[in-house]
Amino acid sequence: MSDATGPDTFDGPTPDNALRQAQKTSGPMLAADGTPLKKSLSRALRRQKMRALMLIAPLLLFVLITFIAPIADMLFRSVENQIVSETLPLTTEELGSWDGEGMPPEAAFEAAYYDIFLAAERKEHTRLGTRLNYELTGASSLFRKSGRGLDDIGEVYQDQFEDLDENWDEALPWLELMGDPEWLAEQQEWVAEGEEGRQPSFELSEGTADILPRTAREFAVFAEYTQDEERDNLLDEEPWSAVHTALYQDLSSGDVSSYSGPRADMLQAAAALVASPDFETVSFLDGFEEVDEDWMEPPIWRTIKLYSPNYTSGYFLNSIDMQLTPDGIEARPENQQIYMLLFQRTLFMSLVITFSCILLGYPVAYILSNLPMRSANLLMILVLLPFWTSLLVRTSAWKVMLQQQGVINDVLVWIGLVADDSRLTMINNQFGTIVAMTHILLPFMILPMYSVMSTIPPSYVRAAKSLGATNWTTFWRVYFPQSIPGIGAGSILVFILSIGYYITPEIVGGTTGTFISNRIAYHISSSLNWGLAAALGAILLAVVLILYWAYDRIVGIDNVKLG
Amino acid sequence: MPDTGTSDAFVAFERVQKSYDGETLVVKDLNLNMPKGEFLTMLGPSGSGKTTCLMMLAGFETATHGEIKLDGVSINNIPPHKRGIGMVFQNYALFPHMTVAENLSFPLEVRKIGKSEREKKVMRALDMVEMGAFGGRRPAQLSGGQQQRIALARALVFEPELVLMDEPLGALDKQLREKMQFEITDLAHRLGITVVYVTHDQTEALTMSDRVAVFDDGRIQQLAPPDELYEAPQNSFVAQFIGENNTLEGVVKEISGGRCTVQLDGGEVIDAVPVNVSKVGERTRVSIRPERVEVNPDLGESAHTLKAKVKEFIYMGDIFRTRLSVAGNEDFVIKTRNRPDQVRLRPGDEVTIGWMPEDCRALDAQ
Repeated sequence: MSDATGPDTFDGPTPDNALRQAQKTSGPMLAADGTPLKKSLSRALRRQKMRALMLIAPLLLFVLITFIAPIADMLFRSVENQIVSETLPLTTEELGSWDGEGMPPEAAFEAAYYDIFLAAERKEHTRLGTRLNYELTGASSLFRKSGRGLDDIGEVYQDQFEDLDENWDEALPWLELMGDPEWLAEQQEWVAEGEEGRQPSFELSEGTADILPRTAREFAVFAEYTQDEERDNLLDEEPWSAVHTALYQDLSSGDVSSYSGPRADMLQAAAALVASPDFETVSFLDGFEEVDEDWMEPPIWRTIKLYSPNYTSGYFLNSIDMQLTPDGIEARPENQQIYMLLFQRTLFMSLVITFSCILLGYPVAYILSNLPMRSANLLMILVLLPFWTSLLVRTSAWKVMLQQQGVINDVLVWIGLVADDSRLTMINNQFGTIVAMTHILLPFMILPMYSVMSTIPPSYVRAAKSLGATNWTTFWRVYFPQSIPGIGAGSILVFILSIGYYITPEIVGGTTGTFISNRIAYHISSSLNWGLAAALGAILLAVVLILYWAYDRIVGIDNVKLG
Repeated sequence: MPDTGTSDAFVAFERVQKSYDGETLVVKDLNLNMPKGEFLTMLGPSGSGKTTCLMMLAGFETATHGEIKLDGVSINNIPPHKRGIGMVFQNYALFPHMTVAENLSFPLEVRKIGKSEREKKVMRALDMVEMGAFGGRRPAQLSGGQQQRIALARALVFEPELVLMDEPLGALDKQLREKMQFEITDLAHRLGITVVYVTHDQTEALTMSDRVAVFDDGRIQQLAPPDELYEAPQNSFVAQFIGENNTLEGVVKEISGGRCTVQLDGGEVIDAVPVNVSKVGERTRVSIRPERVEVNPDLGESAHTLKAKVKEFIYMGDIFRTRLSVAGNEDFVIKTRNRPDQVRLRPGDEVTIGWMPEDCRALDAQ
């Protein structure tokens, strides 16, 4: 192309020739000092970029910390399900090999005993009960009862060992038996020094785990709980009855005669007691049956097994009226289906509200944008007036207007249009919600419409008329198409706001006019089923995003203008 | 004012007045007659009422008083869309959501013209402005000049007899503007349409029009062909507004037979053509065009000469523009052609300047 520019045939190093040479070579453009142009450009821009970043950093952090992070956390809750596997670690392991048919093996009961015992000490069994109650009614009370009742099993053994030797109810003998002697010395030194600083962490003595595996495990759990969670001196705390149960199990199933460490005599005596026919035992199965008959039925075990993974789709299934069962995913019984209905109602009513806002807002925005400045400002104040009034006051005002003994009914009765005994029901139903929300969201429709309409030059209308179009044709073919971006922006605003609206439906919606958000609020603040609330919220978010995407595909998001 | 007579006028304003607020008149007693096929420009500073007149003619404003007639019929009560007047707007007003072809087809559609005929007419109109290949484009994809052509085509496609143009070239750059000026006048004469053209650019008015109506203060100050307007302004507003003009203030000393004598405020006495001075002793403003002034003149007996001092010399390429101090006027400008033998004055030079008395017009003192 350089050849085409003219008669410049001089081949020497003129600036022009150098430039042409640079364009001809395939390599990157170079700056005057020989560095690639791209590199020196980005270096030049870096300072500006850094400064810009610094300026937005406070807001970015604020949004990240107070908005993005909580939302991410909330969304995470909709699949998170660690409570079962964390509270019942042994049980979930045992149930892992269970096929779910009939009753689980006795080992599962044993594991559940130890898990629930610890959970009860930590007072976590009721939380787990509440969680499982979402899936199986009655689980909550079952766990509450079990927390108290399962003590009975251990107490049988604890009492017998104590009767044999008082030392079985003392802290020190237990520690001498189970603990590492070096650790015990450190612990005693720590006590002697007035319990300053950190308590030395409990360590099992060597070989204990081999001859007394269950006892060692349970004692370690007890010691850790006492030291780390209760922050009590281990020398002052006698072990709980689950340790005695474990000791019985170990003594009845293993041989401890070879043991020669500290307190060997005490252990041998206990082993002799267990071996004697007089020793009273309780099977775990009986113990559970004693607490509640429900433990003898498969459903509770199946539910625990089903929800033992760390992540679950249960909440999401729940929020679309499905449920997770051992046989797969199924629909909930019809009388429990509520969320799909609520989603449909929310979408339908949001659409109705959006359309009413368009119908009512369009003429207002049109007049606003075509009035002279002064009158337009006055009218604008009237449009904005609702913004300056509390949302609660506006909603309550509609209650006053619409209720059966309210203003509108009174007027209708007074005129004679409606008989006194058949006053219209206009509130606590869908009608009330639609009326009140249309009123409240109207400014969000009018403002973007107005800002778009006021940018449509009057010359378009004049041009159309000068070309021979009637008023209607001018409006429909020329004005209206250009105001569509405003309608789009207003509709997106109103629709997205109304789909998540809470206060107004709560106050005027009654039972038939409530939205999905009311249900979410219920699960957040009353039933405390945050996982379900999070799943419902996530679905709502997904619906909005899908609609946004669809809008972009159909109308084009470039066609949305806020001014 | 020169009229073509009410009877055969195609467009006629009769005693038209317009007020927006009921207190001041924007258009004061306007009378104007246009024959068919004329290209008339309304020229004036902003706020002079020229656009209001155009809007009244188009039907977007109603006359407060008086009558506007189109082809002998009063159109005061006819809505704009029934007037059948084509209009080109300042910012083109091409509908952005329609393609070029749809824009052109719009006036034909509302006239319920069949599809095939419509397409034919649209094509013909596009070819007329040499934009035949652009029918599928959106207005936003066109350059300013191209949009201008489309706007023109759209105003002409339904074959109106009268086309109004409201500063249609205002947004174009100088070169394009000059090209379009020629194209518009050429098209108007070729199609034989009547055009009312509004502008505040005097060059545009002078080069395009058959007649120019100079507006000021809600009145037509002068309605005349361009040459007459430039060479024989009727009052000092027109003289000042059209082209560059030197003025010298003074008092009329004597009026006789197409000549008058004026004593300037500096004491010098000069001869001038009396235009709107009527009696001796009246204050007047004498107007001389810069290109009619000669330096060190050799004009003969009848010419006047005055002493002048050079203040500034500007080289403008084709001409030299020299600012002088003459008879108390510090802004007296003369223009001389760039000829090899032309003297280039320097600031501080003392020279004699002169002009023919017939180039010097004694106007009102305002």
